[in-house]
Amino acid sequence: MKNKIKLHVNRQTYEVFVSAKTTLVDLLRNELGLTGTNKGCGTGECGACTVIMNGDAVNSCLVLGMDADGAEITTIEGLAHDSELDPLQKAFVNEGAVQCGFCTPGMIMAAKDFLEKNPNPTEEECQDAISGNLCRCTGYVKIVNAIKKVAESEK
Amino acid sequence: MKSRERYTNIGKRVPKLDALDKATGKAVFPQDIKLPGMLYGKILWSKHAHAEILKIETSEAEKLPGVVAVITAKDMPPTKLGFAQDNPPLKGDKVRSFRDEVAAVAAVDEYTAEQALELIKVKYKPLPAVFDPEEAMKDNAPQIHAEAKGNRNKIHHSFEYGDVNAARASSDVAVKHRFRLPFAKHCCLAPWSCVASWDAAGKLTMYSPTQMPFLYQRDLAKVLQIPTSMIRVIQPKIGGGFGTKLDLYPNEVICAALAKKTGRPVKLTYTREEEFKCTPSRQPVIADIEMGAKKDGSLTFRDVSLILDNGAYTSWGATTPYVTMIPITSLYKCKNVRFKTSIIYTNNMYSGAMRGYGNPQGTFIVESMMDALAEKLGMDALKLRLKNCNEPGEVTPQGMKVTTCGLRECIETVAGRLNWTQKRNSRDKQRGAVRRGIGVASYFHVGGGARVYRSDGCGAIVKVDDFGHVTLITGSTDMGQGSETVLAQITAEELGVRTEDVTVVNNDSAVKPWDLGSHASRTTFVAGNAARDAAAKVKAEILKAGSEVMDEAENKLEINNRKIYSKTSPDKSMDIAKVIRSAHFREQGMTFMAEAFYDPPTEMQDKEHRGNISVTYGFGTQGAEVEVDTETGQVNILKIVIANDVGRVINPMLLEGQLEGGLSMGIGYALLEKLVVENGEVMNPSFLDYKLPTVKDMPPVEIVFIETNDPSGPFGEKGAGESGVIPTAAAIGNAVADALGFRIFEIPMLPEV
Repeated sequence: MKNKIKLHVNRQTYEVFVSAKTTLVDLLRNELGLTGTNKGCGTGECGACTVIMNGDAVNSCLVLGMDADGAEITTIEGLAHDSELDPLQKAFVNEGAVQCGFCTPGMIMAAKDFLEKNPNPTEEECQDAISGNLCRCTGYVKIVNAIKKVAESEK
Repeated sequence: MKSRERYTNIGKRVPKLDALDKATGKAVFPQDIKLPGMLYGKILWSKHAHAEILKIETSEAEKLPGVVAVITAKDMPPTKLGFAQDNPPLKGDKVRSFRDEVAAVAAVDEYTAEQALELIKVKYKPLPAVFDPEEAMKDNAPQIHAEAKGNRNKIHHSFEYGDVNAARASSDVAVKHRFRLPFAKHCCLAPWSCVASWDAAGKLTMYSPTQMPFLYQRDLAKVLQIPTSMIRVIQPKIGGGFGTKLDLYPNEVICAALAKKTGRPVKLTYTREEEFKCTPSRQPVIADIEMGAKKDGSLTFRDVSLILDNGAYTSWGATTPYVTMIPITSLYKCKNVRFKTSIIYTNNMYSGAMRGYGNPQGTFIVESMMDALAEKLGMDALKLRLKNCNEPGEVTPQGMKVTTCGLRECIETVAGRLNWTQKRNSRDKQRGAVRRGIGVASYFHVGGGARVYRSDGCGAIVKVDDFGHVTLITGSTDMGQGSETVLAQITAEELGVRTEDVTVVNNDSAVKPWDLGSHASRTTFVAGNAARDAAAKVKAEILKAGSEVMDEAENKLEINNRKIYSKTSPDKSMDIAKVIRSAHFREQGMTFMAEAFYDPPTEMQDKEHRGNISVTYGFGTQGAEVEVDTETGQVNILKIVIANDVGRVINPMLLEGQLEGGLSMGIGYALLEKLVVENGEVMNPSFLDYKLPTVKDMPPVEIVFIETNDPSGPFGEKGAGESGVIPTAAAIGNAVADALGFRIFEIPMLPEV
């Protein structure tokens, strides 16, 4: 049994049929082909699937596809505007915040939501912003540096 | 050799070549792959730790709409996997642990495949099980493999050098303790995923996150009983390796078998719960160690005996003592050493390779004991280390030849930055329940390859096209650590071009030359030497062509910034692209490509575990300052200092990333990460219950690179990829002991212990 929903992802409107048990991460990845959003645990514990939904960062594995009906969603693929990268994407690349890259989209989306709401953060606030996002490769040092760099440059 | 200032690529903070794809969501991991007609695989795991399989009934599962195939051991060749060849990909007559594969399903989607698993009926006859290796050694213990008497793995390690008994008798002091080290998990953020696809001619393409594509190809061919030439391995982006993908495991064989049976591509992706329960772990160890010294602090002997819980089958875990032995025999000078292992089958999960192999285990034991010994001697722990410090020219008891060695400088650097003389042993001057302490630990690890196989080599092909663009085809594998980028830097430096002029091809077994694999901190060293050699050959050809076009002697020409210059008249120059075209588009023209294979000049260890397995060795020291709440046992790390002898830094940003990442893994090992295994079952298979370090667990880190410029490494480099994790737990343990006044012999040092 599938239901039709309408949602807006990365400034594009989609009408799709989803089953009651399909989560948003699976909908994005499998139905819309947006595989930039990664699924690290499926239970809301790692943050790899973070997207921005109606102005808030969410674990897309904890959102049912049905509940995304009518929602405005930004994924990692929608962050760059007119091929101009988001400052966070540039900073993650240039500061060495990316290793295997599996946590990266979720980290960037969590940081994006955070900086929108808190453009002048302290270092500790930058850390808090990604404390729900796990990374096994980097030890987080360069990820925090990248977020701080963007915050400072936008002052 | 050029001075460092003259390098245009080496030593630069070049961003990772694939970082942009990863930061924009374009990177393709195995789980992102969707092939036409692709099915989804799932594995049915054992319901018992130890049982006979009486019957497997699959007909109900097969009838479920959307199910295309169900396979059991009957569908597989009788071949087995692993170093001891004791692990059938699907278990037919007996299960020996909860992570045993009993059957597998391919269906149109994952949900249907999961439903089908529930319809497979397996009739078991439970058998008595054993989970403690010391229990498993006893005469009346349940027998796990008929051919392994007393549950003893045929793999064992025994090393002896000097005269331990005489040295013990002549020692002024000795200390003896037992340590217990836990199961720990790699926790790659990407759950394991692979895709298998057979073509009409019977050729198999595996999209696999393997770290060792060529041994993988060989092992997979062997277990599937097809020629190696029928397998192509493509490595998509690897979402974390850390050693977990160093061996071929049943999941990838099952994926290939499902694809074969259905005639359609199959993807098999683990859930996070399966990642915790069904992938190999870091090898747990029970270690008994005794160490002695003379009054002046010279080390007299080390006597070590390890008990390893092998689990039910044998992967690389059973071979980790090979590396655990290195710090025990070789970290600090000690001329009488005995080392032996008992590797015991149990009904637990089995272990594999994990960053540092067995070295973090060995270093924790040895470096904890260095502090314990110093205390008994009434000697400063730093002085004891410096007294016995490794030095250039030394040959260790295992026959490891130390060439460059900056260990003394590493120790002194860390001690200075920790303010050692003021802060060490200051707990009695402190007040209140929270006490501070500092500690150090060093490492000794392979830094110039590791000859654990007949070939430790890597091939490289360097091509320069008509437009001066360079392609490096390397055998080596990038699992996220950034080898692709440093190899491009090395190639560019040798050729006199920019790093951005180099494209690296490194993920297709049909294209790339042979490499042993990404392990043992060897890739930058071995693949870097190969890339540099190939680049040098192409460069010589380009200079030869330039000599003709520019009418200048070859030895007077140099390439810099994509131009050939005359060294004597620098205004005389020509773009390399133009030189190449002029040599290409003419009668009997040529193109510019060269290959090289670098296999380090090292030796396999003999049966007595003696041999110089690495061209050079890496050294370094970590220091920790901690505060411990003596009422709750909570440890808070205030600061970490790392000083590593890395030969020469190719890319400081990526190297810092390796050390910071290794450090966080070491902090987890020391303080947080404990896989709770009760009666063979993993009780905490989630990130909620298994505490991976978060950003809040990372202390401020200071990193100092000690450059000894090793003559054998590419531009002086020595391997360092694993070094961040090796001494961390020991340094923290020593700092905790300094704060508390007593030592904890078990990790992780959880508050409740």
